Amino acid sequence: MSFWRQVFEIARKDLLVESRTAEVALMTAPFGAAALILIPLAIGTDAPLLSQLGPGLYWVVVLLFGMLVILRKSAVDGQPQRDLVRLLGIDPAATFAGATIATSLLVLFFEIALGPVLIALYNPELGSWPWLFVILPLVAAGMGMLGTIASGVTTSIGTRTSLTPLLIVPLSLPLLLGATQALEGLRLGRSIVPWLILLVSVDLALAVSGVLAARPLEEAVT
Amino acid sequence: MTSTTTIASLEDVGLHIGNTVILREAKLTLEPGEKVGLLGPNGSGKTTLLRMLATLLAPTSGSGMVLGAELGTPEVYEIRNQIVMVGHLPGLYPELTLGENTELVARLSGHPPEIAAGALAQVGLGRASERRADQSSKGMLRRAELARALILEPTLLLLDEAHAGLDAEAIGLVDALADRVVTAGGSVVLVSHEPGRLTVDRSVQIVDGTVERVS
Repeated sequence: MSFWRQVFEIARKDLLVESRTAEVALMTAPFGAAALILIPLAIGTDAPLLSQLGPGLYWVVVLLFGMLVILRKSAVDGQPQRDLVRLLGIDPAATFAGATIATSLLVLFFEIALGPVLIALYNPELGSWPWLFVILPLVAAGMGMLGTIASGVTTSIGTRTSLTPLLIVPLSLPLLLGATQALEGLRLGRSIVPWLILLVSVDLALAVSGVLAARPLEEAVT
Repeated sequence: MTSTTTIASLEDVGLHIGNTVILREAKLTLEPGEKVGLLGPNGSGKTTLLRMLATLLAPTSGSGMVLGAELGTPEVYEIRNQIVMVGHLPGLYPELTLGENTELVARLSGHPPEIAAGALAQVGLGRASERRADQSSKGMLRRAELARALILEPTLLLLDEAHAGLDAEAIGLVDALADRVVTAGGSVVLVSHEPGRLTVDRSVQIVDGTVERVS
């Protein structure tokens, strides 16, 4: 079985599981939207201020609530399921890639689901909005990879999944920085290329790290 | 010294996790066509030994070979697909149906997904393939795991608590599957803490982390 076929089957399985539970659509997305709705209640209805702060707040919500999307991976695969995949001879890099694709798609869905709330309540000025088709997937991919790696680390050292956010939040700061500054650049009409380069660099570093760490993390599980 | 056809051989194998010693100087050899019972009380290390035979755990001392691959080395990655382990917890995704779980195994092992239906029918789950795993009985889950073994046709079949919670028909399925594997030249290890229920060529028991022959 080819590597990419394995990747496809792992991603397909994870998305099928998610389609049954619908946790992202029915729980995480509404919670994230509620957070975006609550913030204007806290800081008031200063429209220019909300417009200015909106994109930054959006990414903070995506990061924090996206954690719930990422953590679902740890919940899906218990030891019997991990043993099954290992004994089927699946390449751990394929498992990493498949899980990452599934998680990234869910994070992307989450980002898109929050979009209308952001626009309706904050009215952000995004002149070159088509760039969002690049920025959103880059952030989703980064968070997906980060989550898959962090899940592997917490599983391999046998700790509770509550440790996962502690690993993810600091490591996701470059993603948060790149995403917020890219949107700020769009708002002010500045070049966002440096921030896109940052996001691509982070994603590449995570991809290489994830592929290289996949086997050791999988084999470290007791 | 073991012959080249030996399915598995453990030589003075030890395993400790943290400060807990689970196995010490354990010896065990599995020959082709052999069905071995693995006995011992709860917590004696039966499942751990089974996972080691499945190459999922590497020994911390001693050495072992499984299907020609040395434990704890990358060699095991190449032979894992010849091993099926049915653990006491089902290796199924609870949100997927029994059919989807079995099809997933077929796909990931390079078989056409259509063979899943036939395998499920053979274990008496032909009409239950649309039932979600988390809405199935323990016996049905165990049968679905047997369907996985039918698809994969392993050389080494490891059954943890092989007969626990199964009705007479399902126990017959387990035994038939085990016979099928040994007839094809493979080996089967059946774990149980009820020795009277096992029909095996010989039995070994784990006592204080070591493996002792009992029959």
